[in-house]
Amino acid sequence: MSDITDLGVAALRDGIRSGAFSAREVADAFIVRVSQARQLNAFIVETPEHALAAAKEADTARAAGETLKPLAGVPIGMKDLFCTKGVQTTAASHMLEGFKPEYESTVSQKLWDAGAGMLGKLNLDQFAMGSSNETSYFGNVISPWRRKDGGNAALAPGGSSGGSSSAISARLCPAATGTDTGGSIRQPAAFTGISGIKPTYGRCSRWGVVAFASSLDQAGPMARDVRDCAIMLEAMAGFDAKDATSLKLDVPKWEDGLNPDLRGKKIGIPKEYRVDGMPSEIEVLWQQGIDWLKDAGAEIVEVSLPHTKYALPAYYIIAPAEASSNLARYDGVRYGQRDLPEGANLQEMYAATRAAGFGPEVQRRILIGTYVLSAGFYDAYYTQAQKVRTLIAQDFEKAWAQCDLLLTPTAPSAAFALGEKSADPLAMYLNDVFTVPSSLAGIPAMSVPGGLDAGGLPLGLQIIGKPLDEQGVLNAGLAIEQRAGFTARPEQWW
Amino acid sequence: MSVDTATVKKVASLARIAIDDAAAERLVPELNNILGWIEQLGEVDTSAVQPMTAVIPNTLRLRDDVVNDGDMRDAVLANAPAGEHGFFTVPKVIE
Repeated sequence: MSDITDLGVAALRDGIRSGAFSAREVADAFIVRVSQARQLNAFIVETPEHALAAAKEADTARAAGETLKPLAGVPIGMKDLFCTKGVQTTAASHMLEGFKPEYESTVSQKLWDAGAGMLGKLNLDQFAMGSSNETSYFGNVISPWRRKDGGNAALAPGGSSGGSSSAISARLCPAATGTDTGGSIRQPAAFTGISGIKPTYGRCSRWGVVAFASSLDQAGPMARDVRDCAIMLEAMAGFDAKDATSLKLDVPKWEDGLNPDLRGKKIGIPKEYRVDGMPSEIEVLWQQGIDWLKDAGAEIVEVSLPHTKYALPAYYIIAPAEASSNLARYDGVRYGQRDLPEGANLQEMYAATRAAGFGPEVQRRILIGTYVLSAGFYDAYYTQAQKVRTLIAQDFEKAWAQCDLLLTPTAPSAAFALGEKSADPLAMYLNDVFTVPSSLAGIPAMSVPGGLDAGGLPLGLQIIGKPLDEQGVLNAGLAIEQRAGFTARPEQWW
Repeated sequence: MSVDTATVKKVASLARIAIDDAAAERLVPELNNILGWIEQLGEVDTSAVQPMTAVIPNTLRLRDDVVNDGDMRDAVLANAPAGEHGFFTVPKVIE
């Protein structure tokens, strides 16, 4: 059945439960689709046997009349930043090429415990550093979308979760895990016309996730609609004693709690998110989003988040600083690549290993991070950035006195062509302007598709919520989804 | 603040990443571009705030002081680039 791969997580889960099709049929259909889409370079490693094993367990359980697990037989993609026992985990870096973890990350284990199967490890920007999936050691991921001008310029799927966004929008998997440090779930979701949510910091365990910036990293789901994101997030979230920043709270029933009726809700529109040079199509979409939320019963209020413009520079001090610390572990001693030039001593081994193992963007960020943390500069840069971070978080807290949720665009443009922005790191960093503030504040935020631009490419709307209010964020997302009627999909050229 | 080639090489040394002179020279304008941009944080009056150290208020949990992990030497060594007799091996350190 070729249309099995058009189904989302909820439909696949329900169809397997009801016996409309077998989990085996589902796994087979997606495995074939994955194998036919290698041009997209979305997967670093394909693991059909894992998906088939999960399918077999689901079909056996159903035949025995057992209650099926929440995601029984649903095949998904796993961003190659999550350690998967016995399966290569690279963080898209040469440094970890060939590395097979001896343990499973908490988030991926929870998904397997819920009955899901793994189609493969998805490509990403190296060590999650990037906004276009152009920094992977294993090559760029290509978006399945093309501009409707008839040209065939390869487009960026967004980043860092570019393999995830590309695979979902190309129907290679109904859902995938992503991680979001400064926008790496939301921006790729916006670029490819899918949905993705970054939960409150601490909702999902970071144990077993290759660390980039520990005070910012959050795992989250990416899927084609809000309900699927809610289902995935329920399976992924939860307290983990092995993560010191994990929130000791029950996981809410986000799927059951979905309610697109926004009467009584106030939606804030932050005026500082109206940036110079923003394409008018994004303004138009934003206004459209406002109208949709009004239609859903919400009251709209204008709010101010005065420190917004300092969020990006603060992020590009804090994240590289934390990265320089986290990536210090890659020294060629205990795991990963080792480069041992003839006659090298230990220090030379470290330096050679790290020069050979890390790509240019990773090295750039480690150097920035090292510099801003170095003696004499620590207070001027890092401490100052941490203080600005407090101000940014306070801006949101003050806004919650006037509204329950915020609505903004997700990204300042639609997807650009691969190579278009890779020459200037700063131009690339500006992609994160709308997503970074909520990352710094640790609050939940989601992107849902709003429409297409004149070039036929997806544009996303972002909903930001109070700490722990993923339900509010999902509900507003659902209200938009129901009114946006986004059914566009990339035309298969691969 | 801006960097010169010597500073880039010093920072690279702190970060234990080998870069040659040509690479260091190339990095100077790249890093200065980024550093120049982040300078604007100096405009912000932060006299009234503390640095943010906890994203979402939380307490650091304590656990009982018992050994509940370990005893998995082979797994720990499984990905070692070089190992002998149950140890990771590295180039000689003692002069």
